Amino acid sequence: MTASPASLDRVGRLADTIEFSAVDGPGNRFVVFLQGCTLDCLACHNPQTIPLVGGRDVTVGDLVEQIRRAAPFLSGVTISGGEATLQAAFVHDLFAAIGAEESLARLTRFLDTNGDAPRSTWDALDGVLDGAMVDLKALDAATHVRLTGHGNERILDSIRLLHERGKLYEVRLMLAAGANDSDEALQATGAWLAGVDPAMRVKVIGYRAHGVRRAAASLVEPTAEQRQYYAEVLSRVADLDVTVV
Amino acid sequence: MSSSELAGQAAAIVSSRTLGYDAKVRRLASVAASLLDYPALSPACAEALEHRVICDMYEGNRPFTPRYVLPDYARALAAGVRHLELDAPRTLEDALSFLTILYAHVPSVTTYPVYVGDLDALLEPFVPADMTDDALDAALRRFWIQLDRMLPDAFVHANVGPGDGRVIRSIWRVERSLRQVVPNLTLKVSESTPDDLIADAVETVFVTAKPHFVNHAMMTADHGEGYAAVSCYNSLKVGGGAHTLVRLNLFEAVRRHDGGLDSFIVDALPAWVELTCELGEARIRALVEGSGFFESNFLAAEGLVDIDRFSAMFGIFGLAECVNELMARQGRPDARYGHDDAANVASYRITEAVAELVGARPLPYCAGGDGRAYLHSQSGIDLDLDATAGTRIPIGDEPDLREHIMTVAPHHRLFPAGISDIMHVDSTVERNPWAMVDVIRGALGVGMRDFTFNVADNEFIRITGYLVRKSDLVGIDEHGSRHSSDYLAATAEQNHSVLPRAIKRITAIELDPLALV
Repeated sequence: MTASPASLDRVGRLADTIEFSAVDGPGNRFVVFLQGCTLDCLACHNPQTIPLVGGRDVTVGDLVEQIRRAAPFLSGVTISGGEATLQAAFVHDLFAAIGAEESLARLTRFLDTNGDAPRSTWDALDGVLDGAMVDLKALDAATHVRLTGHGNERILDSIRLLHERGKLYEVRLMLAAGANDSDEALQATGAWLAGVDPAMRVKVIGYRAHGVRRAAASLVEPTAEQRQYYAEVLSRVADLDVTVV
Repeated sequence: MSSSELAGQAAAIVSSRTLGYDAKVRRLASVAASLLDYPALSPACAEALEHRVICDMYEGNRPFTPRYVLPDYARALAAGVRHLELDAPRTLEDALSFLTILYAHVPSVTTYPVYVGDLDALLEPFVPADMTDDALDAALRRFWIQLDRMLPDAFVHANVGPGDGRVIRSIWRVERSLRQVVPNLTLKVSESTPDDLIADAVETVFVTAKPHFVNHAMMTADHGEGYAAVSCYNSLKVGGGAHTLVRLNLFEAVRRHDGGLDSFIVDALPAWVELTCELGEARIRALVEGSGFFESNFLAAEGLVDIDRFSAMFGIFGLAECVNELMARQGRPDARYGHDDAANVASYRITEAVAELVGARPLPYCAGGDGRAYLHSQSGIDLDLDATAGTRIPIGDEPDLREHIMTVAPHHRLFPAGISDIMHVDSTVERNPWAMVDVIRGALGVGMRDFTFNVADNEFIRITGYLVRKSDLVGIDEHGSRHSSDYLAATAEQNHSVLPRAIKRITAIELDPLALV
């Protein structure tokens, strides 16, 4: 697919930006957090970015200017949220603008996404997207609904599709003790991921209570030993590239 | 100082229960040197020195060694050293032994060698092709332990890079496994330095807060290929060095001036730069003409140093307070260096003016700097209570990392002898060293000459550029320390509360033995 030309005037709903981030993909990255999410995760550590209302308007041109200043220090740009694909046209135009500008074209363009987007969205972004980090809250549909308020069918489809297109950078498993961390759940998840890509990059992220809403009080942070154990269980299932955060 | 006061100082040194034998010898020597008259100065220069507007770094009344000496170790290894009855070594074992012996005879203001060589380039030819990495690591590990135990001073400094090799990779492994203060380390970074070598260095910083990174292209443009970063980030010519370091306190200078930025630059700075250079010239002549170092020391006699590769260092410090004061006088007390465009522009005008003045003032025996002093952003001493080190942004007032880099970078081209800004990064980078590789490449790309970063919560703290381990400072008043530089850090810690803000840059001291008794 070829990208349609970018509009620098296109307006998006922005929650915030971070000039330098070491935790949102490969290398040092400029991160754009868009406002609004399709899911309603109990464990969300930026719950203020969930509602569609809120945040502030920003144009593609505004962000390009900020990115230009930080560019000498970056490997790339990551758009996160909220859920970035909710504003797919804005994401497209920002990524296209980065690709079109000579001094920025070397930057890789990544999405940090919950994967809850239709195929048409991934088709539209294909020409401007270099990689995606997809969260998978649970493989089991019922658990997923309990943790996020929604099913995970589209998410699993997205993971498969992005992998087929060579755009899947990593899958992130956010694990909370007693909620989605049983051996059976981990084994099933590991087997499913390995079925998509036997060497998949998998990041185990322990649930952190910091910043979450009161409704999440039932969730329990796993200890460092528990997080390490999750990685072991996953690695026993298949030869996945597992890192623990 | 009266002779009874000096006797009192000597007595205090002799009877100290915390100073070790070596420290006592050095400090007694310093007391003895203070009996000699200071080189002749004009009344204005003497007064400026007395009020610490200009400073001599407490090098002593009568210098008898250059402040920093950078022997040409490659030449020594190739030709041997007659004075020490050492033939050119043929094996790695011989080369390491040769260097260890030579270090014991390299003078400096600290009495320890501030430069121990570009060790990867020096040692790589001695590594046999069939030597395993384990055997190489074991050999370098023994050597590293020798350096730390025999030369217990954090100003002892090794350089590596810009190329890759077996020795440099082994050095990172040894560094990470030993976690020593000594030697301090600098990685020279050029366009052709492999990214994964920088990443390996970054992972070493996570463990030991070393190495420091320098911009090889900028350094070679100023000094040629034969340069090194020594002591705490003084970049000088190999086979040469710096006779002395004199420095100007810009904050004190502005306090003594009535008027704003323009008149400070036009009316005040030239006189202060001249007084600082006068002090430098007097000390250079006392060293070269008075002590006869270059006529009598074997390093000079055997061509391991050449006076034509020496110059002096002209340091400035207190830029931040100087700028902030000038902005306040313009009715902008809110405009702070590091946070305000007008303040930053003022800071660039000041350093450019100083560089121009220093570049126009000839000094004797300074052929290494084309007859001029090298400008240096001086990191400060523990007694500088109200002036920030060099051209740094004050501790705790630094903006975000990118803003910080962009604020200080324009100064860097003006300081051939080094400018050590310390960047603070949070510990999330420890999971992603490549993020730091991006930042380092970017910083050097936008014109930084020197780049050092500290990671929050590290056991090692960088003071002006030298390192201490937090655990070594605990109880230093009672039981003393094995590393001479730890005393300096302890004083800095008391004066600047470095421990509670361990990741913050601080003003610290280089050498004032008498003040520490």
